[in-house]
Amino acid sequence: MKKTTWFILGGLLVALLLAGVVSNFASGSPDGLDSASTKGCTVDENDEITGGSCMAQNAKDSETADSPFADYGISGIDNAYVSTGLAGVAGVLLTFAIGGGLFWLARGRRSPAEAGERKG
Amino acid sequence: MEAVALHISNGVLNGPVSAIYGVIALVALAYCVSRGRRDLDDRLAPMAGLVAAFIFAVQMLNFPVLPGVSGHLLGGAMAALLVGPWVGALCVSVVLIVQALVFADGGVTALGANVTNMALVGTAVAYLLIFLLLRVLPRTPAGLGITAFVASVVAVVAASQSFVLQYALGGTTELEHYGLGSVAGIMAGTHILIGIGEGLIAAVTVMTVAKTRPDLVYALRGLKRVQPATAQGVAA
Repeated sequence: MKKTTWFILGGLLVALLLAGVVSNFASGSPDGLDSASTKGCTVDENDEITGGSCMAQNAKDSETADSPFADYGISGIDNAYVSTGLAGVAGVLLTFAIGGGLFWLARGRRSPAEAGERKG
Repeated sequence: MEAVALHISNGVLNGPVSAIYGVIALVALAYCVSRGRRDLDDRLAPMAGLVAAFIFAVQMLNFPVLPGVSGHLLGGAMAALLVGPWVGALCVSVVLIVQALVFADGGVTALGANVTNMALVGTAVAYLLIFLLLRVLPRTPAGLGITAFVASVVAVVAASQSFVLQYALGGTTELEHYGLGSVAGIMAGTHILIGIGEGLIAAVTVMTVAKTRPDLVYALRGLKRVQPATAQGVAA
């Protein structure tokens, strides 16, 4: 169990480095879905659709567009590197807390008898 | 550098289709919880939390696939290999829910569609391939790496085509310049490339875990006792 705890902590550290530091070197281009969704439309520098016909034409803002973490940045922090990095760190910790917490609560207490007959 | 919307936004799919996919996702996730509970124990639960956090982190790392087009990992194949298909689909779903609710990535009304594509279709297709490939390939780090790669490529393309189906059922814009066939072609083309990128990341990750802690890899422990019942459950 102790060994597993260290493994989990090590894995979390890697995830924090990826989301907190490496994320700043990620490509800023639209992804496959976004690029296909705007094909046929003209788009200005703020990614707003200005005309044409495309799948994303009627796209609306997210309900959470005003979230302090919207678009993987922290509102109020002007330095893009710090903003993206901190948002990434927050996201990793939040996802681990929510995911890990829910999985911990949902885990079935497996008695040896149950474990033996693990069928459909 | 500002990340753009990576998942389906609000308003791309109409209300009824968004709602139907919401129901599909809810029912499927409830089933994943009931099946996943049997896999989750004191060791798999924190591992699943780590897999979710890791997928969140890697989804921030968009890599270029074509000039002006990027992609990021979806995570279904990696999750299915490390924590199994049921818990794996739940891991990807947790990531998508956190992204939609906190990071404004993907519309909340489109959450059912996004969960269906990336968490359900992605993980199910990946696990089907994992199940088949690991019957032929050796259960070594190299065998797992090849499995992770192939399963990722196919699963990512399948997820992209699931979106095309959703758009065919309830897209909000009548496309003037090209049809759904070419949407399917474009999506398949870019997502083969994205799948190759995802496959490399998934292969390195799974091989690293398999070398350091093989006992924490679900695919290694589950397949020692192959049961036809499990295979049918996944294929269904």
